[in-house]
Amino acid sequence: MFTQLIITGISIGSLYALMALAMSIIYKTSHTPNFAQGEMAMISTFVAFALQTTYQFPLGIALLGALLFSLILGVVIEFCFLRRAKNPTIVDLIVMTIGIQLIIQGIAGWKWGAEQKDFPFLDLDSQLVHFGDVVISHLNILTIGTSLVLMLLLYLFFQHTRMGTAMRATQQNEVAAKINGIRVNRIKAFTWGISSFVGAVAGLFFAPISTLDPYLMWEPLIKGFAAAVLGGMTSLGGAVLGGYLLGIIENLFGAYISLEFKSTVAFVIIVLVLWFRPSGLFAKHYQRKV
Amino acid sequence: MDFFSVKNLTKRFGGLVAVNDLSFTVKKGEIFSIIGPNGAGKTTVFNCISGIYRPERGEVAFEGNQLLGLKPHQIAAKGIARTFQNLELFPMMSTMENIMLGRHIHMKSGLLAGAFMFGRRFRAAQEEVANREAVEKIIDLLDLQAVRDRFAGYLPYGRQKLVELARALALTPKLLLLDEPFAGMNREERQDLYFWLQDIQAELDITIIMIEHDLQMVTGLSDRILVIDFGKKIIEDVPEKVTAHPEVLKAYMGESA
Repeated sequence: MFTQLIITGISIGSLYALMALAMSIIYKTSHTPNFAQGEMAMISTFVAFALQTTYQFPLGIALLGALLFSLILGVVIEFCFLRRAKNPTIVDLIVMTIGIQLIIQGIAGWKWGAEQKDFPFLDLDSQLVHFGDVVISHLNILTIGTSLVLMLLLYLFFQHTRMGTAMRATQQNEVAAKINGIRVNRIKAFTWGISSFVGAVAGLFFAPISTLDPYLMWEPLIKGFAAAVLGGMTSLGGAVLGGYLLGIIENLFGAYISLEFKSTVAFVIIVLVLWFRPSGLFAKHYQRKV
Repeated sequence: MDFFSVKNLTKRFGGLVAVNDLSFTVKKGEIFSIIGPNGAGKTTVFNCISGIYRPERGEVAFEGNQLLGLKPHQIAAKGIARTFQNLELFPMMSTMENIMLGRHIHMKSGLLAGAFMFGRRFRAAQEEVANREAVEKIIDLLDLQAVRDRFAGYLPYGRQKLVELARALALTPKLLLLDEPFAGMNREERQDLYFWLQDIQAELDITIIMIEHDLQMVTGLSDRILVIDFGKKIIEDVPEKVTAHPEVLKAYMGESA
């Protein structure tokens, strides 16, 4: 029973981890808590759904199309909304992302309706593997595997490519990045694109275990946010660990303590972290000397 | 055509005129210093040159090209590097990574070329080797071997200043802007830097514009000096003439001199 809970916890946790990662990537570069992250993932998932069901594309094409869409969506949002703001405060940025969230929700509701749809893009949830008395669905395995591969690719991208290095440089010191020839505006737009892509992967894997509607990603967004806070908002590794931790804790809490309050665990964790370790569990903080 | 010239530069912040109708020219290969009291507008001049501020009026020309209106990254691409009075490093990156970022404008290969780089004959590989070699030379020149893998943000102040200088050199600039390179350094570090700057000017063939308060260093190093106060030019001349100017004497030696 316990092992079973841990494993399903890790599976849902990897989706929280991806959402947390997506939010942290943006927060680090643009200092924006992106409340539209969930809706960006939701509409990307709808695009996959539409490509497959309405336009009858094969599944692979539908998924690739949705991921490409998410990438472009992120770049467009940065370019059209965030970049236009002149010296925004953090509150301005939050209000702006909430606005974007509502716009996307409106568009999704208008285009696809608010009724709940099934999007079992792979009928994997019913296919099970048994290890002794532990049962794992194919979907769980695929979710965990894909998110690990994606995280590894992101790590390699940030550490070892010109663009990834330029992104880290922009995060650490925008002025220095500029005068070294880095096109900071473009880097920020790409950051939004990549973050949107990561969120969309989470959306695609969350849809089969939930139901597809414009509120699909509301819960994963809040959970991802909690995981990011747990990890310190600026540490990508911390965000990932936070996501897995939250998935496991939530699952154990639901099973042993209270199923009704399972979803509130995330909020309790946010409050506890802010009380005892406001910089997050894993954040490395550099204090600029004056 | 002048190598580098500033004409009638004016920059206002609200009612304050930080730089007031300032003109000067810099010849290729010289060390040119800008001195003046705190708040005289020296750093503002640098920020106008490197594209961080947009001046209200004036011209900045470099090798015949107009710089005003260009973005900082475009100005960097023209071969102008700079350091800052308050250190602008990438604190959570190693010394090596900081200096490598100075090579950014020399890195052309994209993601795909970089990912499929099998063996040294590939263009991306050759580019990488060339960039690494350039960085190694600079690390040798400024004696940064011992700290190459340490986070720049945690180095002693004097070393941080050298890392920033190294990063600026990595851009292989034609023109180097140094904002108070000697400030906060101890005696030994100042001595080293003094000779290194001479090497940089002579051997690397880099023209230097330097803002500095230490008059001994300034007069020793500079070919010519510009003195400004309240954003206006007091005098622009060789060190002997400048140190004999009554307003400079007054500012640096006190009222009675």
